Parts: sequence; C-alpha cells; structure tokens
Amino acid sequence: MTWLDKTREIMAPDRVWPFLTPEVPATLDVSKNVILYVEGLSVAFDGFKALNDLNLYVDDGELRCLIGANGAGKTTLMDVITGKTQCDSGDVYFGQTINLLQRSEPEIAQLGIGRKFQKPTVFEAQSVFSNLELSIKASKGIWYNLRANLSGEQRDRIDFVLELIGLKAQHSMLAGALSHGQKQWLEIGMLLVADPKLLLIDEPVAGMTPQETERTAELLTSLAGDHTVIVVEHDMEFVRSIARKVTVLHQGSVLAEGTMDEVQNNADVIEVYLGSEL
Amino acid sequence: MTKSNFLSWWSQARSTGNASFVFVVVLFGVAILASLGNLAVPESSIFHVSTYTISLLGKYLCFALLALSVDVIWGYCGILSLGHGAFFALGGYGIGMYLMRQIGDRGVYGNPTLPDFMVFLNWQELPWFWLGFDQFWFAILMAMLVPGILAFIFGWLAFRSRVTGVYLSIMTQALTYALMLAFFRNEMGFGGNNGLTDFKDILGFDLQSDATRVSLFVITALLLAAAYFTSRAIMASRFGRVLLSIRDGESRTRFLGFKTERYKVWLFVYSAILAAIAGVMYVPQVGIINPGEFSPLNSIEVVVWVAVGGRGTLYGAIVGAVLVNYAKTRFTAIFPEAWLFALGALFVYVTIFMPQGLIGWLQKSLTKFNNKTEVAS
Repeated sequence: MTWLDKTREIMAPDRVWPFLTPEVPATLDVSKNVILYVEGLSVAFDGFKALNDLNLYVDDGELRCLIGANGAGKTTLMDVITGKTQCDSGDVYFGQTINLLQRSEPEIAQLGIGRKFQKPTVFEAQSVFSNLELSIKASKGIWYNLRANLSGEQRDRIDFVLELIGLKAQHSMLAGALSHGQKQWLEIGMLLVADPKLLLIDEPVAGMTPQETERTAELLTSLAGDHTVIVVEHDMEFVRSIARKVTVLHQGSVLAEGTMDEVQNNADVIEVYLGSEL
Repeated sequence: MTKSNFLSWWSQARSTGNASFVFVVVLFGVAILASLGNLAVPESSIFHVSTYTISLLGKYLCFALLALSVDVIWGYCGILSLGHGAFFALGGYGIGMYLMRQIGDRGVYGNPTLPDFMVFLNWQELPWFWLGFDQFWFAILMAMLVPGILAFIFGWLAFRSRVTGVYLSIMTQALTYALMLAFFRNEMGFGGNNGLTDFKDILGFDLQSDATRVSLFVITALLLAAAYFTSRAIMASRFGRVLLSIRDGESRTRFLGFKTERYKVWLFVYSAILAAIAGVMYVPQVGIINPGEFSPLNSIEVVVWVAVGGRGTLYGAIVGAVLVNYAKTRFTAIFPEAWLFALGALFVYVTIFMPQGLIGWLQKSLTKFNNKTEVAS
C-alpha cells in the first residue's frame, strides 16, 4: 500500500476507529461445548520451533492430560495460553468469543484461567491464609486493595479450599515453612480459591510422596466437570490414574490424541517413544 | 523491674504494633526534650541543647524520612532505587526557590524580584518556571508534584517495559546523574554549582532564630511520624501484601490477575513524594541546596542506611539513617578522609554478616536469648 492509499484509508469518512468499536464483553461463551481452541499455533525461539502448527481443542469440563518428551512444547503451549509468550502465528480462543492472544497475563488470569507452575511458586514470606486471600476472585485494582476486607462469603470460600487442600491446620504458617508437597497443594489451592473456568496444571505431582500423589489424583478428578483441567505430567502412572483423554505432543505439534490405551497402541507414538517408558 | 518483667515487656514491644508505639515514644520523647532543652533551659545549664544540635537532629530526621521512602520500595517491593536523591533534591529545590524569592531586595544586589545569581548572569527578568514560587503553597505543591510526575513517567516507562533488578538500579542512577549535570549548568536557571542559598526567612519567620529552628525540627518529626504511619497502614493492607508478592514472585502475582506494573508505578510515586517532603524539610534547616545533592553517591548512601538498619520494617530504615549519620558526623570531625572507606566497609560488613540489618540481628539474638532463658527456667 502506498502512503496515498494509507492516507485515504485513514481519512475515509466511514472509517470506524478501533478504539471506537464497542469492546466485546469478556464473558465466556461455551455454547459449542468447547472451552479452548488452539489453532495453527507456531512459536519459534531463535529458529528453534517450540510449537509447530499445533491444533488442540478442549471441551468444557474435561480433564485433559498433555504428555510428551522434554522440549515437546508442553510448557510453551501453556505460556502462550496464559499470555506469557507471544506466538508467531495461530489463534487461541477461550470459548467462542475471547481472543487470548490480545490479552496480557493479568487479564487472562481475571478471565478465569489459572495456572500452576512447574516449580511450586507460592509467596513464601506470607502465611498460607494470606496466599489464598490474595488469590481470591475479587477486584485486582489498587484502590480496592488498599481498603479491602474479606467478606464472610470470601472467608468461607478460603476455609473451604483450606479444607480441600488439607492445610487447615497450617493456615497461619508461613508458606515458606511448608513441605514441597504442601506447597504444590497450596498453589493448586490458590488457583481453586479464584474459582477458575480453566486450570492449567504443570507437573502437579513432581516431588510428592505416593500418598500425596494419590490424593492429588483424587482432587484433580473431582475438579473436572465444574472446571476444565489441563494437566501436564511426566509420571505415566499418575496420568493413567486420572486421564480420560490424553494428548501426546511431539516436536511442537500433536502426535496423537485419545484414551490412554489408544495412545499407547498408536503406531506413531510407539515409533517415537520406542524403548521409552510408554 | 525484674528480668522476666522486662523480657515480657520487651517481647510485647517487639511485635509489630508495639514497635510503632516504641518508635513514636522515642521520636516524640527526643523531639520534645530537645525542643525544651533548647528553648526553656538557660544556656548556662548542662541540659541546654544548642541550636546546632537541634538543626543536626532535624537533618537526621530528614534523612530518616528519605530512608523510609527507600525502604518502602526496596524493602517491600524489591525495587532498588539508586537515584532517590534526585527526588529529595528536587523537593529541596522547590522550597529553595520559595526561600530565594523571600529574600527580596535583601540580596547582595538588592534586586527586588531577581535572585542574586540571576542578576550576576545579567538576566533581565524572572524565567517562567520561577513564577509563582513567591507563594508558599505553590512552592510546596510544586516541590511534591514535580518529583511525583517525574517518578510517574520514569516508573511508567520502566515498569511497563518490565525493567527490573540491576538494570533498573542503573537507570535510576543515570536519572539522578543526568539531573545533577543539568542543574550544574548556569543556563538552567537554578543557580548553577552554587545552588540556592543565603536564605533569610520562611513565611515571615527568621530562619536563624531558635524558635524557627525548633519549629522546623518538630514539624519534621511530625511529618516523619505521619509518613511512618501512612506507610505502615499501606503495608498492612492487602495492597501491601500484593507488594510483598511482587517482591517474591512477580510473575506469579501477574498470573493471579494483578497488573503488577501499576502497583509498582504508584508505589514509586508515593516513595518519590516522601523523598521530596524530606527534601523540603531539609533545605530550610541546612540553609543550602546545590546540585551536589543529586550526586549518585548520596543516593547510594541512602541505600546503605536502609541496609544497615534493616530492610522491610520501616523503623529499621529510620534507625539506620540516624545511626549512620551520627557516625558520619562524628567520624568526619575526627578523620574526614576515611569516612567513605568506613561507609564502604560498613556496607560490605552488613551485607555479609547481617543481611537483615541491625534490627534483624537484634531480633534474632533476642529470640535466641529468650529461648535460652525459657529453657533455663
């Protein structure tokens, strides 16, 4: 386009400036029963294709496991969905209407997408209760938080989550004093207390004892239905115990999708993972 | 008082709410005693407090307020500013301009509107940015507004681009250095390297009189207490806990839905205004403001005060500022060349052996002591 065309376009009398168009209300529309659309997503870091034309559809209320070797693109995918990493091409839609690629991390979090990191990240210098209080679904604005007090309802919600993650007795302890497994649970609790629509959970059972792993599996399966849960995990035993549908990533794209048994008998998967744990 | 009584009193006093109580008692106790000692006690008495001491104490309190402003961002939000002297000095220049205009025709050249240095530079009329500074309220407003706006623009640019850590510190350093170079120029219209001085009176009160000096000192103490309690309230609110979260895990905080850059910008502005208030109180008490106040070294010294006192407690910063400056006063009188070495050594020592500063070290050794006595009894 030459500068003349550009000028004409800008000066056109019927032009609607982007800032004048009414903003699409950020309400989640899951009328087609799909909560997350990822289409043709590509991300490259210095020429290395972390994601390569990846397509993924997640149904509302589903519990989905993502598996794949190191470097298959699992964490990068989560980074793109939550707004941490910019993608080179592709679309990510939350429900029918909300384009996630245009939004920043805090906005995406406020839409109801919670994320648990690979390494447990809780605020160690603050109490367990305070960690949950900060995560609660409320205004995240500055003026509000200067004067904020917990309502009875919010307090109940926190108590409920404390019960759920089994940290009721530790609620006034500093989060830094918790064990590794408890920190993982606290971080999951921080997501739950905000009542998100979609939970992205990166390696929830890393470093947990078998009993803790079992309880985590129970917790995650109980969440599915009300929430949509996407779990990235290396522990195949764990994946088998919770998964209804598994997506295998390989070199930045989807290799196979289906139930655990289907995936394990898939010719491509066997070829790629021959001799490995699958 | 028996030992156990004392210990229970002390352990209560150490819990956060009571630390503020102790702080206020000490601050106002000293302020009232010193003021009485100066005004009510005759000069011959050994309890007489000289005006020099009053000014010195007032200066320490200004530094304490400046240290408080640094602790607010460094201790609670992890933003290490090595350029807070810039906001302090801008505040000082604001009040300095008012004091210059108050001199009127009592200057060396006797020009009723133009300050001496402008007459000396052969300027015919007052530059536009000096207009209005003959009004006290306007000068005070500007002294807080200009640093506030500068902090807002700087913070907005830096935090929105997610500049953190060392890079941010270097940028703040560059900011204060650039301002220093600018203010050194005569053409800037702020008195060049001589700065602004030779002040006569403030709001009609003679700056040299004892009563004015004591009043300034008491006002500084009041402002310090007000700043302390405001900061305490901010840090106790959920806003304060968001700040701690940003300090300990900014990306986690973002994923909880907080727009962390906004929090940082507003905290930075708040802190800059506190620093500016410190500058406003400082200049009438020391009687001069020059571009040297912008020097990066000054800003680094503030960080040392906070580190020595202990970060993230608010009163730690105040204790650190007063102690280090008292040491400086003593040290520079005895052995002036060695002060910077001593300061450097102090910083290294504190960083390595007392990462929580004096306050943290005291608390730790007291807890140990308490535990021992408990075991013994």
